[in-house]
Amino acid sequence: MAIPKVCGIETEYGIMVRGAESNPVTASSLLINSYLAVNYRKVGWDFEDEHPGHDARGFAVDDLLAPDIETNLVNSVLTNGARYYVDHAHPEISTPECLTALEVVRYDRAAEEIIRESMTAAASHLPADAEILCHKNNSDGKGNSYGCHENYLLARVVPFGRIVSQVTSHFVTRQIVIGAGKVGCELPGMSADDVPYQISQRADFFEEEVGLETTLKRPIVNTRDEPHCDASKYRRLHVIVGDANMSEVATYLKVGTTAIVLAMIEDDALGDDWLLANPVSAIRQVSHDPSLKRTVLLRDGRRVTALEVQWGMLERARKYERSHGLTVVGDAVGPDVLSRWEAVLVGLESDRSTVADVVDWVAKQRLIEGYADRHSLKVTDARLKALDLQYHDLRTGKCLAHRVGLQTIIDSNDVETAKTEPPTTTRAYFRGRCLAKWPADIVAANWDSLVFDIGRDPLRRVPMMEPLRGTAEHVARLIDESNTPAELLARLGA
Amino acid sequence: MAERTQKQKPAPSRTEETVEEAPATAASGDKLKAELDDLLDEIDGVLETNAEDFVKSYVQKGGQ
Repeated sequence: MAIPKVCGIETEYGIMVRGAESNPVTASSLLINSYLAVNYRKVGWDFEDEHPGHDARGFAVDDLLAPDIETNLVNSVLTNGARYYVDHAHPEISTPECLTALEVVRYDRAAEEIIRESMTAAASHLPADAEILCHKNNSDGKGNSYGCHENYLLARVVPFGRIVSQVTSHFVTRQIVIGAGKVGCELPGMSADDVPYQISQRADFFEEEVGLETTLKRPIVNTRDEPHCDASKYRRLHVIVGDANMSEVATYLKVGTTAIVLAMIEDDALGDDWLLANPVSAIRQVSHDPSLKRTVLLRDGRRVTALEVQWGMLERARKYERSHGLTVVGDAVGPDVLSRWEAVLVGLESDRSTVADVVDWVAKQRLIEGYADRHSLKVTDARLKALDLQYHDLRTGKCLAHRVGLQTIIDSNDVETAKTEPPTTTRAYFRGRCLAKWPADIVAANWDSLVFDIGRDPLRRVPMMEPLRGTAEHVARLIDESNTPAELLARLGA
Repeated sequence: MAERTQKQKPAPSRTEETVEEAPATAASGDKLKAELDDLLDEIDGVLETNAEDFVKSYVQKGGQ
């Protein structure tokens, strides 16, 4: 039985400083601390339960290959339940745990606004003509990539081998729906002369089918087994293959279609019809072909286009909706994702311009090609790469994605409240509400616990091992009626 | 073959959509085209002044 697809997104933003000397780690710290100074009393992140070296295939890596976490850097928890921190020389925001793709979009949009406010707050600590620029993209065009990861809750009983073999086809082909687009190519020895424009920011950086790495030899399916909840019941699929999207609908479809595909895999309703013969070359091939005409080889010898695989998955999802329902991804969100998914596939197949208001790579391609035509530019002209970068520029007034007519699906008031208020339907509610109400009494927080200092030893850790407990329904009254954390803990029976 | 059934099943809804919504689609296509033209008109005022320098200086540390 598929379980509710609790999900979230973690985004590493590109960062640069202009007009002052700085390195990206210092700049990221300044950015985040400036925001916190305006909005927060600092609460530290608690690393006790972090195990990024645990592998889903059943072993642990404790040597140099294990992804390291820089514990001495800025690391904070926000009252909306999100984590805002410095990771690998980038500012990063992890959304709180959400119950639907639509909720993820809301918190991802709130994260963008938080970055935007942080840039403004940081300006007051910089010389008058200096500024920090943040980009919501995944590559600098010079071979350096940084991630936008998704996370999905899965039942532990589902064989990991089945997840890997079946979800890979979606990861390789979904980019035609949700790719963010990129001018040029970053494979060694290749350039914009070879690939003037490609569908995905990230595809050039994937070298393995499956593995634990996230910074080198990146795998299409990442095996980090760090569920941040009850490991005997759940796993968290850590997806590192996606692009950061500027289009709200693209983020919605990225998380929505993937949640449905994963639910189908849990219920063994997807099947092995699209197993790829060579996923690593296929992911690049699909990305490098904006015509969407080229085919990739399946293990059974057939050749199919990415569009055909996506049509097949959609059709299977329709069947799954009829046989199982879509409650695990949200009763309203599930069917909406399917109809938007279909509309995008129709548009990609018939008239590309009809999806330019939802598909990032199409919107960007029209911009780049329109500009190149108007000024008769060669594909290698720096102005085209500048346009590409500026599509993702988060500064108000500079962001080109804000000017291409992308549809929005989240009301701006809902984005505003999501900056400070947690989702009500996951444990993020408990984390966020407690942090807002008792900031001085919480000494540490992480995904699956809060540590309170109630004025006498020892510190009290409240474990939150169930992602769907600690919701507003469970604890809103308790929190409302408790005057102190000691009272709350007493009433929780902790 | 499985491949054929998968490809054909969505076809009815695809055809329907194209037929029924052709005028709306064309209208929104025109609107987007006009918006793109407007954007291209104004873009030089928004674009980084020295594109070449900007692109050259945009160097990031690799992340996850």
